[in-house]
Amino acid sequence: MSIKIPIGPQHPALKEPENFTFTLDGEYVVKVEARIGYMHKGIEKLMESKNYIQNIPLVERICGICNVAHTICYTQNVEYLYEKPIPRRAEFIRVIIEELNRIHSHLLWIGIAAHLVGFDSFFMYTWRDREVVMDLVELLTGNRVSTALMTIGGVRRDIDDDKAYKLRKGLDILEERTKYYKKIAEDEKSLLVRLRDIGRLTPAEAIKHSAVGPTIRASKIKVDVRADDPYAAHDEVPFNVITYDTCDVFGRLMVRIDETLESINMVRYCLDHMPSGPIRIRLPNAPPPGESVSRVEAPRGEDIHYVKSNGTDKPYRYKVRAPTLGNLSALIEMLTSKGDYLVHVADIPVVLGGIDPCMCCMDRSAKFIDPIKGKEWSLTWEQLKLYAKRKWEKEGIKAKCR
Amino acid sequence: MSITPLLLKHIFKKRATILYPFKEREKVHLPEGFRGELRFFREKCIGCGLCFRACPSETIEMSIDEKGKRPIFYLDRCTRCQQCEEVCPTKAIELTKNFETVYFDRKSTIIK
Repeated sequence: MSIKIPIGPQHPALKEPENFTFTLDGEYVVKVEARIGYMHKGIEKLMESKNYIQNIPLVERICGICNVAHTICYTQNVEYLYEKPIPRRAEFIRVIIEELNRIHSHLLWIGIAAHLVGFDSFFMYTWRDREVVMDLVELLTGNRVSTALMTIGGVRRDIDDDKAYKLRKGLDILEERTKYYKKIAEDEKSLLVRLRDIGRLTPAEAIKHSAVGPTIRASKIKVDVRADDPYAAHDEVPFNVITYDTCDVFGRLMVRIDETLESINMVRYCLDHMPSGPIRIRLPNAPPPGESVSRVEAPRGEDIHYVKSNGTDKPYRYKVRAPTLGNLSALIEMLTSKGDYLVHVADIPVVLGGIDPCMCCMDRSAKFIDPIKGKEWSLTWEQLKLYAKRKWEKEGIKAKCR
Repeated sequence: MSITPLLLKHIFKKRATILYPFKEREKVHLPEGFRGELRFFREKCIGCGLCFRACPSETIEMSIDEKGKRPIFYLDRCTRCQQCEEVCPTKAIELTKNFETVYFDRKSTIIK
């Protein structure tokens, strides 16, 4: 006998609002259905009504934690339309802020993973040390989370010697602490028991479901946009693509810890080799007509933006594919028991948390599907209102919708 | 338990947090260039409307008075992105370090 349990959108085990239906056979999960669209924000449509400069703070709010990845992706996408290179110093500053953002996001996730397995003291220490990188971001940009540093044609603030000195001092503390956390994660028994062989994703499955970011790198596949398709100053800054072959949540934890150490070295390299010169160029308000695609390695994986311009100062169409959408079908694969791999109900939160989900970034509007007839369709707002009115009138309730 | 020495060491250390709203207010450290509440110098404004076009959250509305076009700021909508300060040709807009922006009514958030 199987039981269906719905989890979410609001549930104590989930840190993100999303609805999942788990079919259970005893204590094991045999089938998972994800229902997305609860937090659809309509940002793509809203962007069509604002000009390119006004859209920068809006793009930043697609995701609070990986806001730098989204703004870099947006600004370089618009710069591709102008077909003009931006100053080299601006590209280096972009890499510095992006890597600081990655450090902050990964330290946050390490804490969350520890919290999900019930290891709260580890969670508190990582979050205390995350304050160091938050203060560095505040020093460089003027705010802890919403950086608002990128603009079309470069960056808005420069890094002077005083700031660079403080940045290096902060990085030394972070490196020491992250190495200590790596030691704890490798030795601590309670972490190993809860994370080993949980959320298994074999390399073949990872490719089949096109997982992105640390999730696919923990399955021993070398995929990283920074190395495969370098943007900003990544063609010059050296780094190693971290992979692990454990194919489980423990591998994802170790990938993130090692990437944090790599990011610290990348920021140091940028500070040493940053050329002098201007930090931004002025570009006209309206880009020439055309379309372009840009890719950025966000802390959670590959982030893809598409823009189509018709020559006015507002985008004609804008499309965002946030990294979590790429990981969602792989997540369903991880949560389903098959053969000797069994998923307990108690492991659901940590497997869900293992992909570092950011559901609100990727939610999109619903589509109507008829599984029996195999039909798919969507309704306009007017049709939907009419549908609702008819339905409630049939039930004898006077329609309240206008 | 490899984290135990760290835990024992921190029993006798000071706490990492501060008791912000009640005590230790002076310990809140804000760096140079912090983006806080907006301040507007009306005498410097020339009414060009550039800030109105750069604002992403419709904080700024243009009105007409005896001097010509002038902006009105609705600070409850402000996201402190600093784009208005950046485009202002006469430096009539400035972001201060004030981050405690709580008011009892919406009217007091309007700056003219």
